[in-house]
Amino acid sequence: MALLETHQLNKHFGGLYVTGNVDFALQPGEMHCLIGPNGAGKSTFFKLILGEHLPDSGKIFYDGKDITRDKPFERIRRGISVKFQVPGIFKELSVRQNLTIALQHHVAPRLLKEEIDRLLEFLKLSRDHMQLAGNLSHGQKQWLEIGMAVALKPKLLLLDEPTAGMTPDETFATGEMLQALNREGMTLLAVEHDMAFVRQIAHQVTVLHFGKIFAQGTINEIVADERVAAIYLGEVDA
Amino acid sequence: MNSAFRFTSFLKLVEGPQTLGKGPKFWSGFALVLLAACAYPMFADSYDVGNNVYFFNWLFMAMGLSLIWGYGGSLSFGQTAFFGIAGYSYGVLTINLGDAYGLTLISLLLAVGISALAAAILGYFLFFGRISGVFLGIVTLSVTLVLERFMAQTAAPFWAIGKARLNGFNGMGAMPSLTIPWPGGSIVLYPDVTLYYVTLGLLALCYLGLRILVNSRFGNVIVAIRENPLRAEMLGYDVRKYQLGTFVIGSALAGLSGVLYTSWGNYITPASMGMTAASLPIVWVAVGGRTDLTTTLVGSLGVLIVFQSLTIYGSQYALVVMGVLLVVTVLVAPRGVVIALISLFSRGKPKSEGEL
Repeated sequence: MALLETHQLNKHFGGLYVTGNVDFALQPGEMHCLIGPNGAGKSTFFKLILGEHLPDSGKIFYDGKDITRDKPFERIRRGISVKFQVPGIFKELSVRQNLTIALQHHVAPRLLKEEIDRLLEFLKLSRDHMQLAGNLSHGQKQWLEIGMAVALKPKLLLLDEPTAGMTPDETFATGEMLQALNREGMTLLAVEHDMAFVRQIAHQVTVLHFGKIFAQGTINEIVADERVAAIYLGEVDA
Repeated sequence: MNSAFRFTSFLKLVEGPQTLGKGPKFWSGFALVLLAACAYPMFADSYDVGNNVYFFNWLFMAMGLSLIWGYGGSLSFGQTAFFGIAGYSYGVLTINLGDAYGLTLISLLLAVGISALAAAILGYFLFFGRISGVFLGIVTLSVTLVLERFMAQTAAPFWAIGKARLNGFNGMGAMPSLTIPWPGGSIVLYPDVTLYYVTLGLLALCYLGLRILVNSRFGNVIVAIRENPLRAEMLGYDVRKYQLGTFVIGSALAGLSGVLYTSWGNYITPASMGMTAASLPIVWVAVGGRTDLTTTLVGSLGVLIVFQSLTIYGSQYALVVMGVLLVVTVLVAPRGVVIALISLFSRGKPKSEGEL
């Protein structure tokens, strides 16, 4: 059974159809990347999964349950977690506090410190644990947010351009981080533009174009698909 | 053993990342200030002591606003609505029930409860309706102004609840002061030394209780909501419930201020919910430093004393000074004057969690 499924998912804003009849399935343990040109509907699709937007029609199933009308926090409690494109951290709070807030929901107080220290080490942020999160470098902020998302021990982690603004070294390190999480059994769905990063992590790739699924396959299949190359260069109409 | 450990852990929350001041230095200073406050009546005229309880009365509302606005990030411009609701409720209850058998204390609890209930109803529509930012300020201000207008037109005799006449613009008076039943004769808390100590004790209790609250798991979440509500929600928190809880607690404190003020002066008027009254708590809390309870307390007390002193020369003049103070604070020290001064004195030290 797929961990996440969408059936005929539609969303429009006025006359603009941003998601059109999307049927999508994500298998447990998969690392799946969502790519597509700007305006393809990737972020809207994410927001529909998270409940930030409600679909006009269609259904979303998570772990076999219909979550289409669930509130965002209810979806999170079911085991979905997210890392936003612009780091969604608590800038005026310390790194440690950021992780405390993420963990305190489900970790007993006596285990909290140990769990925070473990996460800090995983995120390579041990030295900066008392630093205000807003003072971290861009890459560190991205890692901190990944840490906060992972702290919930989700089954499904959504990542919206997790490496945006990172140096190549940071991007590679992020890829390794995500691979480590996947080895522990976490399913990942990422929106990403950096094809080297997609190649590093993705088992499967879905191409969205004008709100519809345009192509699906492994990274090699997608790269070899001339139609995909064409939409990035603007040669194919919807 | 386990419960003793839990109790100790609970008390430890009195200092933490969400509050300035920790360690022996801070608590020695706190004890000294408390001692000085306790010693003050010994060196002052009891009439002055009773009058100065006036300043303490407002500090509960200031701390409540600090919780809602400074910690929670929701600017409520209408805390005076709950001040007035509780003040009038106390008046109506005590005029009807009298002051025997500790009924004034029960009235105090009921009046604070009524203001909390009013906050819960209003807050439900605000927060579950996802009203935030400037709109929250507009709605809450409107509520207090509507209440002021309503109470101002209750002069006719039929505007009475039992024996209690609402009295319109002139305000309600002649309610009994808080009275503590005591063997050998009740203690009536007239504005004098006893009331001073009772209010001071309540103030210290609320201050310490709020410190524990904001450093608790609940406090962590409300600060997270202030910083980034979407992220907080995406960590699995029902943001609306936390905002509502904060609003109710803060408003109950405004209600406590209302009861203490009404009992202190045996008087409450619609003006206590008017535009000027609604604006002043914003000035006290913003000038002191709304994001911390201690700076709110110190700053509010300071501004209240300055305001009262200036009022001697003319209330309009004092209001202009308050307005200027708010503008200057926003421009020069947006985090508050007390916080700016602390930062100035601790310059060079790393500015991170719990450092100040």
